[in-house]
Amino acid sequence: MIRIDIQKMLHGSNGEMPLDITIKIKEGDFVALSGVSGSGKTTLLRIIAGLEKIDNGKIIVNEKVWTDSTNSKSFTPIQQRSIGYLFQDYALFPNMSVLKNLLFVNEDKVLAYKLLDLVGLKQLENRMPQTLSGGQKQRIALCRALMNQPKILLLDEPLSALDLNMRKKLQDDIKRFHKEFNITTIMVSHDPSEIYKLSSRVLILEQGKIIKDGKAKDVLLKTSGSQKFSFQGELLEVYKADIINIAIVSIADQLVKVVLDSSQANELEIGDIVTISTKAFSPTISKI
Amino acid sequence: MIELITNLDFEPFLISFKLAFYTTVILFIIAIPISWYLSQTKSKIKPVIEAITALPIVLPPTVIGFYILFTLSINSPVGVFFEETFGIRLVFNFTSLVIASCFYSLPFMIQPIQSAMENMPKSLIEASYICGKSKLQTIMYVVIPNIKPAVLTAIVTTFAHTVGEFGVVLMVGGSIPGETKVASIAIYEFVEILDYESAHIYSAIMLVMSFSVLFLVYYFNQKQRQKYDSY
Repeated sequence: MIRIDIQKMLHGSNGEMPLDITIKIKEGDFVALSGVSGSGKTTLLRIIAGLEKIDNGKIIVNEKVWTDSTNSKSFTPIQQRSIGYLFQDYALFPNMSVLKNLLFVNEDKVLAYKLLDLVGLKQLENRMPQTLSGGQKQRIALCRALMNQPKILLLDEPLSALDLNMRKKLQDDIKRFHKEFNITTIMVSHDPSEIYKLSSRVLILEQGKIIKDGKAKDVLLKTSGSQKFSFQGELLEVYKADIINIAIVSIADQLVKVVLDSSQANELEIGDIVTISTKAFSPTISKI
Repeated sequence: MIELITNLDFEPFLISFKLAFYTTVILFIIAIPISWYLSQTKSKIKPVIEAITALPIVLPPTVIGFYILFTLSINSPVGVFFEETFGIRLVFNFTSLVIASCFYSLPFMIQPIQSAMENMPKSLIEASYICGKSKLQTIMYVVIPNIKPAVLTAIVTTFAHTVGEFGVVLMVGGSIPGETKVASIAIYEFVEILDYESAHIYSAIMLVMSFSVLFLVYYFNQKQRQKYDSY
């Protein structure tokens, strides 16, 4: 059980913002942290890791105090927290081979080979990190994060720099590791499909506070009422074609055309975030 | 000409190199913790320490030499302490040259290492802590191996700069043959007694050596940079 109750003043690009988080996380849970950038997700992760100090509050993990603002002596150093941390930029040591990167944590060769085998990269053991692709680097970094058999795995947007295929592969790896080692995992992510696939609980942060907390299905599905299809997108253009108005909306990385009536066309402005929804009783689905 | 070279006294060069070697080793040990502190701290006194360590670049060597002479001489408490406790005199001998050189060459060791440490991705250092490694282990196994070009530059420029010293050495060490008479001072003395031939030979040796050393450093750094740029 992780109990977090912390406050910290953040000095971001949008001025000062208080981070104020109170949560309990069960052992073995997979929690996704989501929200717009600058909402404090990464800072929260770094605070749990001990990479950042807090102004007020405490973090207690399995009855052990990791941080307590009222008692500076009770601060558990990063080195003793037994965590794994995956950085956005992989943070593999460029001066060590793949295997040495893993063995740097501890000399457990059996575990190192087991982990490399699980991600299917055993054959790269003697390669230097700078010769690997982004996806390979992040999988090695994932293995390294597990070398000290952590109780908690912290993932800071680990897949944001990777392409879609590689993401899927790594999502599977993360899922497999989470099951195999039963590690409490906290992941920062923007990708709804990733969150849906991996997490058992989603926290949405806004302005340093948790505004939503629940299962991925309840938090992320944008449908409400009887609507079956509902998407959010950005309005890119509105133009007149004969007597109707047509809007071009960007949803995720796809563009769609929607017909508008004239009052809507006048109301909406380019750049607005809009919801497109329809009652779809018999949509067709087919494999590409 | 050949006779002249074989008869030449190479002891000043030996002293120069011995001095440079000791200075470089001592400064390397001192500079690593100072550079680390300066690269990591957000303290308000950082500019003060930076300014102090950079002083030798702008101060005339005679000023540094004068202060060191003043501090270490037997008329000062420091000089008296060493004289009475250890029976060591701290001026006009080789020890005093090493002490003075350490002050004089300090910025050449600290600045490249500090700036490389500052430019290192922070996540590498944090990753090492998360791997359970202490600060010392992190510096030894992660930081220094990954800033090798800067460390090499620092070591070589410190060495070369110490070999090229003149003012400080003259102030603190004088020109005692076999003890404090380094190559640069020997050249000065040759010119003073109008022995241009010897001065030429000494100067040419200094020039060639300095060029070779610097060339090798820049060559090595270019290779290293190519290696790291692909990362």
